[in-house]
Amino acid sequence: MFQSVEGMLQLGEEKGLPLWRVVMEDDMIDRSVTEEESFEMMTQMYQAMKEADEGYDKDLQSSSRLVGGDGAKMEQAIGEGKVSSGTFIGKVMARAIKMGESNACMKRIVAAPTAGSCGVIPAVLISMEEKDGYSQQKMIEALFVSAGIGEVISERASISGAQGGCQAEIGAASAMAAAAVTYLKGGSSRQIADAAALALKSLLGLVCDPVAGLVEVPCVKRNVIGAVNAITSSDMVIAGIESRIPADEVIDAMGEVGSLLPCSLRETSQAGLATTPTGLEVTERMTGNGFD
Amino acid sequence: MSLFDILGPVMVGPSSSHTAGAVKIGYISRQLLGENIRKAQIDLHGSFLATGAGHGTDKALVAGLLGMKEDDIRIPDSFRIAREREMEICFGKVNLKNAHPNSVRLKLHGISGRELEIIASSIGGGQIKICKIDGLEANFSGDYPTLVVHNLDQPGHVTEVTSMLAHKGVNIATMQLYRNHRGGDAVMVIECDQEIPMASVEWLRRLEGITKVTYLSKIEKEEK
Repeated sequence: MFQSVEGMLQLGEEKGLPLWRVVMEDDMIDRSVTEEESFEMMTQMYQAMKEADEGYDKDLQSSSRLVGGDGAKMEQAIGEGKVSSGTFIGKVMARAIKMGESNACMKRIVAAPTAGSCGVIPAVLISMEEKDGYSQQKMIEALFVSAGIGEVISERASISGAQGGCQAEIGAASAMAAAAVTYLKGGSSRQIADAAALALKSLLGLVCDPVAGLVEVPCVKRNVIGAVNAITSSDMVIAGIESRIPADEVIDAMGEVGSLLPCSLRETSQAGLATTPTGLEVTERMTGNGFD
Repeated sequence: MSLFDILGPVMVGPSSSHTAGAVKIGYISRQLLGENIRKAQIDLHGSFLATGAGHGTDKALVAGLLGMKEDDIRIPDSFRIAREREMEICFGKVNLKNAHPNSVRLKLHGISGRELEIIASSIGGGQIKICKIDGLEANFSGDYPTLVVHNLDQPGHVTEVTSMLAHKGVNIATMQLYRNHRGGDAVMVIECDQEIPMASVEWLRRLEGITKVTYLSKIEKEEK
């Protein structure tokens, strides 16, 4: 497990290895597996993401009936040329919503890093592959890069909403995806780290305030901002813009902000959107539907 | 935490703690019982009780009791599958003292008459803890082959068990001892690096002073 992004970059430089390989070799030691086994495992993760993306069912509804069908609406709007942000971003948005909806409707997904944030990385990566036609090998390498960034976030801060708020879930997923896109676009290791830093900075402070305690509102749609933010962060870096605060320091700041968040805004549904009049109404309705 | 706990696991949504963890609790509990379940009383505590319905915690627990893993797409259908297999299920609520918010008490009756009561918690990220077995402390993760021996609190039982493990070449990863009072009921919980031969587990069951032996095998016996 890497303790710092800086350490990861340094090891790559010392050994003359690309970042994805540094991450993979660490996994090989950690789980005592071969190169083929580690690569195959990541390939299976990407495959499962693609299957989940293709398996979206617009007719499904979550148990609270708050979630379902929005991904299809987004796709239709793209088809009709109504989307201001353009076709590519539109598709990223649609995929992020679809995956979040699938998760809420008890379909199979890949927690990346969590179930609530499962839409961010596949929305970005599958859409990038579709647009630019990268090889399968390259896509898996990008996933290793994103997992490496996720590892450091988990070590130095947290990837749990109960511990660090939504910034630790959607924020972490966004940073991981930004790193992967930057790798695909041919960015340097330094730029990969900077893209992760920029993405996380933009979501710092995001609280976890789920309505009725469910992974539905606002979780599903927050996958959209995580995904789009990953792409814009990467674009900034590819344009030559740097993160003035290094990645490790941004991650530490996220951890600090997380621990300073009151308990009521860390997945307990005691404040924020969860306790709005509408949020409370849903909670009331769901309690009636419960086991009592 | 491994790399694939960060990017992964593949699971059925919506929640790693309320869904994936609940499947794992059911699955490990069934493995501990060591046979198919005829009847399960499922009592939910805390957040499992409060938000469990919306997270499919109920379906997830039943899926696990049927032998499904957290990525099984049949999880939403588990109630129907349980009916088909004539597994009787009752849900209730319970207020467990000092328990993690995501906890459940399972009272299981196996097809050959074996019984087991388990209290387990889903502690985040799909990780779980088996807290109690038949009312006695247990406190293990279910990630290793685990031997739980209930015995009378008298000298010699720990030696009997650990000598057997040494003889079979099984290395002990962790070991815990508890008792309710001096000379009363005692329990040892031993997490191992290797599987224990079933014949040796059976041998332990026949020893005097040993009241119950429960073994969690990590050898996959997935039901189709």
